[in-house]
Amino acid sequence: MASFIQLLVSGLATGAIYALIAVGFTLLWQTSQTINFAQGEFVMLPAFFILAAMNLGAPFWLATLIGLLLSIVVLGLLFKLIIVDPMLRYGVLPLVISTIALSLFLKEAAKDFYSSQAQPFPALVPATDLNVFGAVISLQSLAVLAIAVATVLALHFLLNKTRLGRCMQATAQNPTLARILGIPVERMVLYTFLINGVLVAIASILISPIYLAKFTNGETLGIAAFLAAIIGGFNQVRGAILGGVILGILDNLSAAYLSSQYRGAFPLIILIAVILLRPQGLLGRVEERTV
Amino acid sequence: MNRLGTFLVAAAAVFAVAVPFFLKPFGIYLISMWAVLTIAAIGLNLTLGYAGQVSMAQGAFVGIGAYTVALLTQADVPYAAAFVAAGLFCFAVGWVLGYPALRVQHHYLAFVTLAFNTLVFLVLRNEEWLTNGIYGINSIARPAFFGWSTGKALDFYFFCLGALTVLSLATWWILRSPWGRAFVALRENPVRALSLGLDTRRYTLIAFAIGSSLAGLAGALYAPLVQYIEPNSFGLGMSFNLLLMVIVGGSGYFFGPFLGALVAVLLPEWMRITEGYYLIVYAMFVMVMMAFCPSGLLGLVERALKAVGRRTPSPILRSEGVGQ
Amino acid sequence: MSRSGLFAAVVAAGLGFTSPVLAQSTVYIPAILELSGAGAVSGTNFRDGMLMAIDEINGKGGILGRKIETPVLDTQSDAGISRAQLQKVLDNKPYVVIGPVFSGSVLVDMALTQQAEIPEIVGGEAAAITQKGGTYVFRTSFGQQFSMPKIANYIRDGIKAKTVAVLWVNNDFGKGGRDTFVKEMAARNIKVVADVSTESGQADFSADVVKIKAANADAIFVYVNEEESARFLREAKKQGIKAPLLGETTLLGQKVIDLAQGAADGVRGHVGLTVDAPIPAVQQFGEKFKKRFNYVCDHNGIKGYTAVYMIKHVTEKIGKFDSKAFAQAAHGMTITPKDEPGILMEATWDKNGDIDRESFLGEVVNGKQKIVATLPKLGK
Repeated sequence: MASFIQLLVSGLATGAIYALIAVGFTLLWQTSQTINFAQGEFVMLPAFFILAAMNLGAPFWLATLIGLLLSIVVLGLLFKLIIVDPMLRYGVLPLVISTIALSLFLKEAAKDFYSSQAQPFPALVPATDLNVFGAVISLQSLAVLAIAVATVLALHFLLNKTRLGRCMQATAQNPTLARILGIPVERMVLYTFLINGVLVAIASILISPIYLAKFTNGETLGIAAFLAAIIGGFNQVRGAILGGVILGILDNLSAAYLSSQYRGAFPLIILIAVILLRPQGLLGRVEERTV
Repeated sequence: MNRLGTFLVAAAAVFAVAVPFFLKPFGIYLISMWAVLTIAAIGLNLTLGYAGQVSMAQGAFVGIGAYTVALLTQADVPYAAAFVAAGLFCFAVGWVLGYPALRVQHHYLAFVTLAFNTLVFLVLRNEEWLTNGIYGINSIARPAFFGWSTGKALDFYFFCLGALTVLSLATWWILRSPWGRAFVALRENPVRALSLGLDTRRYTLIAFAIGSSLAGLAGALYAPLVQYIEPNSFGLGMSFNLLLMVIVGGSGYFFGPFLGALVAVLLPEWMRITEGYYLIVYAMFVMVMMAFCPSGLLGLVERALKAVGRRTPSPILRSEGVGQ
Repeated sequence: MSRSGLFAAVVAAGLGFTSPVLAQSTVYIPAILELSGAGAVSGTNFRDGMLMAIDEINGKGGILGRKIETPVLDTQSDAGISRAQLQKVLDNKPYVVIGPVFSGSVLVDMALTQQAEIPEIVGGEAAAITQKGGTYVFRTSFGQQFSMPKIANYIRDGIKAKTVAVLWVNNDFGKGGRDTFVKEMAARNIKVVADVSTESGQADFSADVVKIKAANADAIFVYVNEEESARFLREAKKQGIKAPLLGETTLLGQKVIDLAQGAADGVRGHVGLTVDAPIPAVQQFGEKFKKRFNYVCDHNGIKGYTAVYMIKHVTEKIGKFDSKAFAQAAHGMTITPKDEPGILMEATWDKNGDIDRESFLGEVVNGKQKIVATLPKLGK
C-alpha cells in the first residue's frame, strides 16, 4: 500500500507540472487557434535564461526575475509578433509547421549556444524528504505541487473573478461578438501569450532542479502537454489540469504495475480513445461544428 | 497541362535519367533517396493536399512497409510479392486506422495520427521476437529481377526511378478519374460535396488508405536502399519531414511532392557548410518559408505566373491554398 | 530561364558539393559522429577528445609529416544518415574513418567500409560489432561481451549475490548491455528477479524504484545514461533502497556523482575508461580536456582521443599511408604508453578488432570515485 501511495504522490507532483504546461497550451489554442508544438521547448528555455544570467554574476533571485522577464518578452510577445501573427491568416497548418520548426530551432540553439550537457539547477527548497503514510516524498515535489496548485488557482481567479479575465474568456468563446461589445480583442490575445510566458517560466523553475536543465527536456514535456490538454478537455482550463494529473499518475501506475516497455503507450491509447469517443475531452464542452 | 508545363516535366525526366551517370555513389544514393521519399510524399499529398486530412503517421506507414519487406525477403519470399504485400498491408492498416479517426476534425486527426505513429514505434521496438527490436534488421538484400541485380548504386537508382514513374502515373490516373474529382470536391468544399450526395467519409477514407499504401511502397524501397532499418528511423521525425516536403513543395499540386522531396534531401547537404549550426539554419529556413509562401514553392510559381498574366494551370494542378 | 535548367544547376551544385580539395601535405581521416539527436552527448564528447588529439599531433608536425584533416559529419543519430555520410566520405578515398559511436550506425557502416577496405575506428560497444567477421573495424573501448563478464564476476565473487535486479535504458546501448548481462548471470546461476526497462530522457523513476524494491534482490545492476543514472540514484536513496547498486563505467563517473548530489555514495562497479583512473596520464588528459572545453569528459572523450593516437602509431609502424596494411598491422598490435604516450593506457587489438586493456573496480566514497582494484587485461 505504501508503494501505491508513493506512486500516487510522485505522479501527482509530475502531473501538476504537466497541468501547468497544458494550461498555457490550452489558453493559446482557445484564444488564437494557435497549436503551439514548441510548448515543451518553451518550458526548457527559461531555465537556460536563468543559468546564463547566473553565469554573468547575478544571484539566483535576480536571475529568476530576469528569466521570467525574458520569458514573457521572448516566448510571449516576440513569439506572437514574429511567428503567430504573420501566419494566422494562412490558416492553422502553416502555423503548426512553423511551431514545429521553432521547437527544433530552440532545441538546437540551447544545445549549440549553451551546452549539450545537462546542467544542475538550483532548487527552491532544500532536498530533504518527508515520510507520509509510509511513502517518502521529497520536499521538492511538495513544493512543486504547492506552487503549481497556487498558480492554477491564481489563474482561475484571474479568468473568472476579474473583469480582464472575463474579457479574455469572451474573446476565446466568440471573438466577433466580443469585438462588437467593445473588447480590445487583439490586446486580450496578447495577454494570453504573455500569461503563457509566465506559466512556462514557472514550470521551468519548478522542474529544472529535478530534471536538470537539458536541451532535450522539451521533447517529452511537449507531448505531455498536448496529451494532458486533449484528454482533459481543450476548451476548459480545468480540463487541462485534470488531464495533467491523470497523465502523471497513469504513467507511474502503468510503469509499475503493467509493462514498463510500453509505459509510453498507455497515455497514447487513452488519447486515441478520448478523441474517438469523447473528442471534447473529459471536462470539455462539445464544440459546435461551424460550417 | 499547358505546353510549358509539359516541356518542363519532360526536361526534368530526361535530367533524372541522365544525371546519375555524372555522380559519385553518394550522389546516386541521394537521388535514390529522393525518389523513394517522393513516393511517400505523393501519398501524403493525396491525403493532405487533395483530401485535406492532416496525417502525422506517414512515417509509421513507411516503417510498416519497410519492415514487411525486410521480414518477408529474409524469409525467402520473392521481392515482388513482398513489395505488393507491403502496399496492401499498409492500405488495410490505413483503412482500419482511418475508419474511426476520420470522423474527427482536422487538428484532432493530427493528434490521433501522432499517437499512432508513436505506438507503431513502440511496437517495432519492443516486439523483439518479430522485428529484432531496437537492434533493427541488417543486411537487407537488394532485389534481383529476371537476372538483373539491383545491387549496384546505379541499378538500384533506376529501379527506384522506375517505381516512382509507375506510381506517379497511377496516382495521376486516379486523380483524373471520378475518384480524383471527388477528392478535389472534398477539399474545396466538403459541405457542398456532401449536399451533392458525395459520401465524403468514404472518399476521405479511400484517400487516406491510398496515401498510406503509397507510404508503405516507399518503405518497401527504403529497406533495400539503406539495407538496414531500425525503429528510430520511422518516428515523428520522418512524419514531420514528409509533411514538410508536401507543404514546401506545394500542398495539393501534383508536382509538389517532387519538388518538396528535392528540397528536403538537398537542403541538409548544402547546409552542412554551416558546420554544426545547420539544423538551426534549416529550422529558420522553414519558418521563413512558412511566413512568405505557405502555399509552397509551386504556389509561389503559380502566383508568379498569374502576375505575369499567363493562363493558370488546370484545376488538377491548382491548390485551394493551405487552410483557406 | 527554364525551370528545369535552373534545377539542373541547383541539383548539380548540391550533389557535386562533395569533393574537398586535398593537398598532398594532409591526410584525409574523416569522422562520422552523432552531433545531434539522441546520441549528441556521446558524439560531442568523442569529437572533442578527437579534436584535442588532432591538434596535439598536428602541432608536432602531423603523422609522417602530413597534417591530419578531419571533417566531422553529423549522423543525426540515425543509421541511414550515417550510412549516407559514410558513402560520401568513401567517395573521396579516405585513409581511415573514425566513428560512429552508436552501435546501430556502426553495424550499418561496417558493411561499407569492409567493402571499400578502409579501416574504421569506432566507439560502439555492442557485442555484435566484432562478431560478424569484419576485418576492418576496430574498437576504442570494451565490447559489452568483455565488460559484462567482468562485472558479473564481481557480482558473483565480490558481492556474492544470488539474485539480481537489472535496470536498463531502452536503446541499443542499454538493451545490448542488458542482454549480455542477463546471459552472464545465467552462466553463473544468478537469478534475475527484476528486469526493468526505462526510457531515454526519463525523469521520474519512482515506479521503477518501487518495482525494484519489491523484488528484493541481493544486488542491483544499473545500466542507463548519465542523467538518468543521477535521477535514479536520488530516487533510490529517497525510497531507501538498501541493496548494493552496481554499475558499468557511467554510474561511477564524476558527472553522475555531481548530479546525484550525495546519492551516489556507496555505488560500486566496473570502470573501463574514466578520467578518474589512478593513472597520471589519464588524469592529466582529463585536466587538459576540462581546461579546453569547460566540462568533464566522459569515456567517449577518451575513446576519441586514443583513436587518433592509435591511428598515428600504427601508421608510423607501417611507415606509409596504406589502408589495407593498416588493418593487417593493427590486428594483434599492442601499443604501450611508453611507445605512444597519447594512448594513455596499454591497449591490444585482437584479430576481431576488439580492444583489451586494464580496467578497474571502483566505489564512490564521499562524493569521489575511488579505485579499489585494478583488473588486468584478459589477454595476460
